Amino acid sequence: MKKITVLDRILLLATGLLAAYQVAVGMDGMEPLSIWFYTISFGTLLIAGLLLIILGFEGLESQAVVIVSTLIPLSLSLGLVSEHLVEYTLHYLVFCVVGFTAIVITRFSVISRIATIVLAMVHGIAGLIIFLLPIFLSIRGTMPAGFALVGLGGALIGLGGLLLAFLKAGKPILSQKTILTLLPSLLFLMTAAFVSGLSFR
Amino acid sequence: MENKKRIFKQIKSKYFPLIKSLQTGLLLITGLAGYMSARCPIMNMSTLLALTGSLLLSVSGSTALNMWIDRDIDAKMPRTSNRPLSTGETKPQEALIFGLLLSIIGIGWSLALDPLYGIVVFAGLFFDVVVYTIWLKRRTAWSIVWGGISGGMPVLAGRVLGIGYIDWIGIALAMAVLFWIPTHILTFSMRYHEDYQAANIPTFPSVYNNQTTRLIIAVSSVLTALVMGLAAIGVGMTWGFLRLIAVLSIGLLVLAVRSLTLPSERITFGLFKYASLYMLSSMLLLFAGGF
Repeated sequence: MKKITVLDRILLLATGLLAAYQVAVGMDGMEPLSIWFYTISFGTLLIAGLLLIILGFEGLESQAVVIVSTLIPLSLSLGLVSEHLVEYTLHYLVFCVVGFTAIVITRFSVISRIATIVLAMVHGIAGLIIFLLPIFLSIRGTMPAGFALVGLGGALIGLGGLLLAFLKAGKPILSQKTILTLLPSLLFLMTAAFVSGLSFR
Repeated sequence: MENKKRIFKQIKSKYFPLIKSLQTGLLLITGLAGYMSARCPIMNMSTLLALTGSLLLSVSGSTALNMWIDRDIDAKMPRTSNRPLSTGETKPQEALIFGLLLSIIGIGWSLALDPLYGIVVFAGLFFDVVVYTIWLKRRTAWSIVWGGISGGMPVLAGRVLGIGYIDWIGIALAMAVLFWIPTHILTFSMRYHEDYQAANIPTFPSVYNNQTTRLIIAVSSVLTALVMGLAAIGVGMTWGFLRLIAVLSIGLLVLAVRSLTLPSERITFGLFKYASLYMLSSMLLLFAGGF
């Protein structure tokens, strides 16, 4: 396993600080439900960043990584839906709860192929919402152009999720070393895109 | 110039390690956070500087005195055997004079600044040096409770200096530190279990066992998070800052439970580091909340 470098730690710390900023002061004026969902996603990012700094990349060997990395896109997409597609909030919340439960159960109890399909499906839908909804709202003029940055973050989270998912499934798209080299930068850029995009609300 | 360099080098190698700069720094931050939690006018820089100076001297003094008292056991433990008193670089008499000097100036300054503040600072030093180190450390694993009480004194002292009396918020902040101490110290004593055994110091892992120790760590982590949250609400922190403290607390709880259910040395030491980061972050949030 690749050893974590000083630069990796700096990038992860910056990621954590951005996420902490978003949790503490970046959600003023939002609806309570959206605040809860965004708090889960940015809070998970903050804790994940801190744990990676403390435990190093060896921390990624845990089974919990898949669950944690699912929590981020699900809660972020839930935040976006509850803010901009209010009428679909309950439906999407049900999907997220069922999807998350399915991921947890399949991770520990059934064959890996089904677990991977469930994971890809739930991640895919959440990732598409994070990627497309902000861009669509920006193009339509409902939200400022800068809000599309959240979509850019969505693309990055999708990329990171894919790389990690295939790595954990034992069929890495890139070598483990390359993925781990890219991961801190990816996490930082993704968080920066989310935080700056959401500031255009 | 050459003489100055030599003196600076001597201070750096002989005296600076006696004050455990990281631990002292963290306690100083808790004191500043306690003061800022009172929402004092931030323009009152003279009081803030006096608090910094008096607390730094008092905490450094008590730490140096601890080092002097524990010099025999430090020499027996590989982790601490390179400390200046163990290696002979600093003579015991020098360390004692250094510790006493810092303590007397620090406590004197504290009393002059505010008598009640001075008493709380003195109580911290007394519990740390006399009750914890001299009386209980070599006798019982439960000595950490008293170490924890002394660790909670700087934040209480800071709060007392800010508001002029002892209130429930100050006590809650001190309790948060008290409950945090087992997470901090017990994870450390698990990692350096053999060192403590070599020095014949009773610790929870040696007196009880690792699983009981992990359970105590988990319980104390829950209590830390609860009391810190309560104190933060009492202080009147903004909703955003409270959310952030809640998130950080959840991280602490997750690690504590993980250490209990799937124990490993990496997780235990991870918890030790996270707990320090948690306390530092919470105190910085209390500090920042004062602006």
